[in-house]
Amino acid sequence: MKLRHLMLATAAVASLTGTAQAENVLKWGANRDIGSLDPYSFGDSFTINVLNHVYEGLVRYNKDLKIEPALAESWEILDDQITWRFKLREGVTFHNGNPFTAADVVASLTRVSHETSPLKGNLPAYVSSKVVDDLTVDITLNGTYPLLLNDLTNIHIFDEEWMTENDALMPTDVGAGTEGYATYNANGTGPFIVESRQPDAKTVFVVNPEWWDEPLHNLDKIELTPVNSAATRVAALLSGEISFTNDAPVQDLPRLAAAPNVEVLEGVDLRTVMIGFPFRETLTTGEANPFAQKPVREALYKAIDLDLIHQRVMRGKSRTAGATVAPPIPGYTEALDALPGYDPDASKALLAEAGVPEGLEFEFNCLSDGLVNEEQFCQAIASMWSRIGLSPKLDVAPRAVQSPKRTNGKTDVYTLGWATLPLLDSYSPLLQIFHSKDGNAGVFNWGGWSYPELDALIDAAGSELDLEARLALQTQALQVVKDEMIMIPLHQQPMAWAVTEDVAEMPLFPDAKPRLWFARMGAAE
Amino acid sequence: MIAFLLKRTANAAFVMLAVALLAFLIFRFFGDPVEMMVNEQATLQDRIELRERLGLNDGFVTQYTRFVTNAVQGDFGISYRNQQDVMVLIKERFPATFELVLVATVISLVVGIPAGVITAVYRDSRLANMLQLGSIIGVSLPSFVVGILLILAFSVSLGWLPAFGRGDTVDIGWWSTGLLTPSGRAALILPALSLSTFQVTLVMRLVRAEMLETLRADYIKFARARGVPKARVQWRHALRNCLMPVITLTGMQIGNLIAFALVTETVFQWPGMGMLFIQAVTFVDLPVMAAYLLIVSFIFVALNTLVDITYAWVDPRLRDDTARGNG
Repeated sequence: MKLRHLMLATAAVASLTGTAQAENVLKWGANRDIGSLDPYSFGDSFTINVLNHVYEGLVRYNKDLKIEPALAESWEILDDQITWRFKLREGVTFHNGNPFTAADVVASLTRVSHETSPLKGNLPAYVSSKVVDDLTVDITLNGTYPLLLNDLTNIHIFDEEWMTENDALMPTDVGAGTEGYATYNANGTGPFIVESRQPDAKTVFVVNPEWWDEPLHNLDKIELTPVNSAATRVAALLSGEISFTNDAPVQDLPRLAAAPNVEVLEGVDLRTVMIGFPFRETLTTGEANPFAQKPVREALYKAIDLDLIHQRVMRGKSRTAGATVAPPIPGYTEALDALPGYDPDASKALLAEAGVPEGLEFEFNCLSDGLVNEEQFCQAIASMWSRIGLSPKLDVAPRAVQSPKRTNGKTDVYTLGWATLPLLDSYSPLLQIFHSKDGNAGVFNWGGWSYPELDALIDAAGSELDLEARLALQTQALQVVKDEMIMIPLHQQPMAWAVTEDVAEMPLFPDAKPRLWFARMGAAE
Repeated sequence: MIAFLLKRTANAAFVMLAVALLAFLIFRFFGDPVEMMVNEQATLQDRIELRERLGLNDGFVTQYTRFVTNAVQGDFGISYRNQQDVMVLIKERFPATFELVLVATVISLVVGIPAGVITAVYRDSRLANMLQLGSIIGVSLPSFVVGILLILAFSVSLGWLPAFGRGDTVDIGWWSTGLLTPSGRAALILPALSLSTFQVTLVMRLVRAEMLETLRADYIKFARARGVPKARVQWRHALRNCLMPVITLTGMQIGNLIAFALVTETVFQWPGMGMLFIQAVTFVDLPVMAAYLLIVSFIFVALNTLVDITYAWVDPRLRDDTARGNG
């Protein structure tokens, strides 16, 4: 019996010293799993974000979300204005030991822009690329285009040799019904290497000792575990089974903050929440549509008590917005951020003047799994609009159900959150939301508006290579959006991460993407 | 007998076809997978082309026929979200769900049968009343609440058991089991308890009702009169005669448990088939959703058919019921 006690004690001591020298393992409890190990196969920004720890792009965002060199060391635009020449970094190797060369870049760009790739929209201006020498690549675009670098931050570079060996040169085509090698295997240049993966259970990343860059992190291992249920995630954090979550549920923040071993990291997301209007002839009810008239939109804008939404619905954690982009986004100015002022009497007068019938019925389309507290703020806004004599019919359902209605014009007024990702530039909402529907442009122009003078400004910005001139054009375009009240901005939504006391440093990024190569753990220091 | 077997099998096949049809009808209201698959910058044209490639633009009958033809050959296509073969995905998840259901069933029998006997034999005793009260709570609390309460008590407050996941698993061929590792067994306890609460109550109430009936039978009285000890009469003679319906019920409930495991799996992040289905619904992953519904209904239909056939084998009166026009 004594012997057994002794053995137990020795075991306990051994395990204690074991912890002291243990590796720094960051246990990340996310609210969902990544789709696969292939960033090019499902257009999902979370998957791309996580795989950015394994794969890298030619350029990347630094801690301040400014673009800096990564796999490319420098770049220049050639005299024809549409060809960009990239000088690649020397001495970079993939996780399997293969050297990184220009051929890898060309093969990767070909793969991501292939017609079966769901990500080809991420390189809208790309035409072709060619190897100049081992460490130089030329990328040709379809015109002068200033945002190529922003696009390239999200284009991960694969190893050509590895893809050829494993028949993975083309993206996995779900339509063809065959599996792809890159779904199960990964081989990048990034700071972490995939050690193992069990879908929906655990994906383990270990540090890449051969990484070309000086690591700022001190992690040895990342264990990514999806924990879908918010309550379980909170419990796992409190019991220390996970050490980090990038989705701390808003309703549990006070409880997490009160726990001695947990720290809550709160910030404001770049995502601007907006309300959009139909510009079609008729509403879904068949009645004439009054929302194409600016005074009617103004009336609805002034009827919303933004302050009340900030205080009550968002619990004081959102940032009330007057502009359609957040302050850190290039193109934003303070003048754009002016608020209209809450004035329901003026709203009533505007509606009466425009001849909007009392009790006009229209659908108000919101998501149940979309923005932060979306259901609640939609309810609040619907009742504010009822007060000025309208009858909004609230339609709340999951994204998968609502998306087709929104894109096919089968609803009237709707919500939209836009974070300007992956460009992190005001050109993103201008092109994709506010521009008239036309090929690449206006994909999210669900209301179907068209302002030729606005399109002209956006098109001019889209081919302006001088940064200052381009931003001036974009600010001007944003002003048109604001003056015409094409969409009503409400706020930037709050975001919250939480870490346990083992984590010493976890920079919070306003684009809501964890970048764990900046994280540090405290236990072993 | 052969005619009966054929008829039963044909019935089962018909039910499966109807389930596939229903599943297909439901999917029309689930939304558009393409919206979830492409990223924000994809153009309208890209979306239309993808929809075309996936065959989502084909007519309903064409899609349904194609699905049934492939499904009969065991081919459900590949998942939109994971890009993995759907059959492989389900095969990977099935052991997790099955072990959970198995352990929950064992718990329900081990706890439910004695509890049922005690409440029947010692009616109105304090213990029996407490068990009865407990059973009411067991029936009325939804299983996700039970799950969260268990997590709060055993993971957060006491720190004894993990709050989520399956622990370490050992692969035996294609079957992965958590029963052979300490962490796997620890991880199994809370989800299995939470899944079994309803089942325990069900077994207990059934045993109690049957026991009350049986204890009144003459042969029990004769056994007592013969001087057989009371406990032996109750636990051996009476209980044995009560077990037949319990076994039937347990068999039938396995299908139910597999379907209900969905809730438990979500709460405990248990990597089983239910979890797979929930995620497929979020991402409108039609191939996975269709395969899950079909496989679960196949389990139901197979269990029912087996039970029917067994009954017919045991009781010849059931075989030619249609010929006589009555049951």
